[in-house]
Amino acid sequence: MAAVLETQDLTYVYSPGSPFARTAVDHVNIAIEEGESVGVIGHTGSGKSTLIQQLNGLLRPTSGKILLHGKDIWAEPKKIRAVRFQVGMVFQYPEYQLFEETVLKDIAFGPKNKGLSDEEAMEKAKEAAEFTGLKRSLWEKSPFELSGGEKRRVAIAGVIAMDPDVLVLDEPAAGLDPKGRDVLLAQIGSYHQHRKNTVLLISHSMEDIARTADRVLVMNKGKAAMFDTTPNVFARSAELETMGLRVPQVTAIMTRLQAMGCPVPSGVLTLEQAIKELLPLVKKKEADENAQ
Amino acid sequence: MLSDITLGQYFPGRSILHRLDPRVKMVLVLAAIVLIFTAFNFASMGLVVALVIAGMLLSGVPVKMYLKSMKAILFIVAFTSILNLFYGTGEPIFQWGFMQITMNGVYRCIFIAIRITALILCSSILTFTTSPTQLTDAMERLMKPLKLFRVPVHDIAMIMTIALRFVPTLLEETDKIMSAQKARGADMESGGLMQRIKSLIPILIPLFVSAFRRAYDLAMAMECRCYNSRMTPTKMKQLHMAGRDAVAIVVVLVVIAGVVVGDIFLPSLA
Repeated sequence: MAAVLETQDLTYVYSPGSPFARTAVDHVNIAIEEGESVGVIGHTGSGKSTLIQQLNGLLRPTSGKILLHGKDIWAEPKKIRAVRFQVGMVFQYPEYQLFEETVLKDIAFGPKNKGLSDEEAMEKAKEAAEFTGLKRSLWEKSPFELSGGEKRRVAIAGVIAMDPDVLVLDEPAAGLDPKGRDVLLAQIGSYHQHRKNTVLLISHSMEDIARTADRVLVMNKGKAAMFDTTPNVFARSAELETMGLRVPQVTAIMTRLQAMGCPVPSGVLTLEQAIKELLPLVKKKEADENAQ
Repeated sequence: MLSDITLGQYFPGRSILHRLDPRVKMVLVLAAIVLIFTAFNFASMGLVVALVIAGMLLSGVPVKMYLKSMKAILFIVAFTSILNLFYGTGEPIFQWGFMQITMNGVYRCIFIAIRITALILCSSILTFTTSPTQLTDAMERLMKPLKLFRVPVHDIAMIMTIALRFVPTLLEETDKIMSAQKARGADMESGGLMQRIKSLIPILIPLFVSAFRRAYDLAMAMECRCYNSRMTPTKMKQLHMAGRDAVAIVVVLVVIAGVVVGDIFLPSLA
């Protein structure tokens, strides 16, 4: 598979040359494959946000390169806007960026900036609204009349409508109730499966990461500490803990059970998987007890 | 970046200017500003400029910060002083068409440039060394006599405090919203004037919405803590004058005397 996004010795220093200089991203080399879903985790201040803001050219790296489809995105600084349509970025609490009169118009803002005609942009907007599960009755309403969760969806639809090759989401579920959280993540998952494009998801919830990501990038003190498949990363719980992170609760419980001599496999990441593993064991035990 | 704006920012420190009574500081800065506009010759102006420079050095704030705060208004300084160049009276020393430059015009140009610069530096000294709370506290005290005329002094001071408090917050918010809209392909760097004004809409509307939201939240929080502007609370930090305040007052008085003497005995240039 070809790498859609690649960083080479990517380094970002805040206020370089002054006494306040701080290296936020330190020689990061990663390659993100086409069509994969990558989870990004890291302690607050580990450089996650700085890293992803460079991926779509909002921040210009102090040194190093970012290759999008093999081409340096800063080769022609004047064309950096084109990169932003290919790497769609959904910021934290994106509902605060809404401004248009109607939901659809707001979603169409990105496609219109891309140069699409009004009708084409509307078409894209409707498609994206459908994708994020916004009810048709909301489409012509003012975005300010919607509930928090609905606003969040409008904002995410606004980025999806640009048809990016890579979708980057910074804590998309922050501040939502558990049900809203599940629905939103499921929708992102189905979007990923449908469009077959690349998704980068930043989250503080290891459970969310375990559920959605094929591979996990762990950032620590500006460096890419790990970049491996999700089970492999979560198998290194001791290391993660030294970085202020942890493994999903289910994984921790299953690892404990294994240590206690229970015949369960390692690398269990989700509740569904755990149930599948544990239920036969429980049933077997019940049957044994009944037999006695 | 928007965060580069230093005008009106506070730099915490322990310098002698930081420790002056804010009321005294405010009155003295006002006096200095009046002086800047009443000095009409180089000797008097030199005295005022020396006072401002002394203040800058005593404040312990890096000179770089003062220069940064100047950067924002450099254009205004250049524009007004060049405009003044052509408004002089008397014998022209240079003429081109209807435009003429006189010696008086040259002096005007120099003086206006010094005046605006000194004005900004002077107010920067005040805001750099005085926290917003101290500033509004001082203002409330100084405006107290106006209470007799039913001016809601306390409310005005509260409004000022809140406004100042939210300047950095809103700047940060603006930065965030700009990033978000840029990520959606908003183009703010190119196009004509109308295009650029239009491109501000996606930034201003979310900014206003969030400012209102913050205002509601703050009002609610104040309500919850039983804020009532009709009652006069006691102050946690009482303002006290000390020896250094007397010294500062004397220094400024000496400069005032010097400027007055200079203005009386030396010819007025501008």
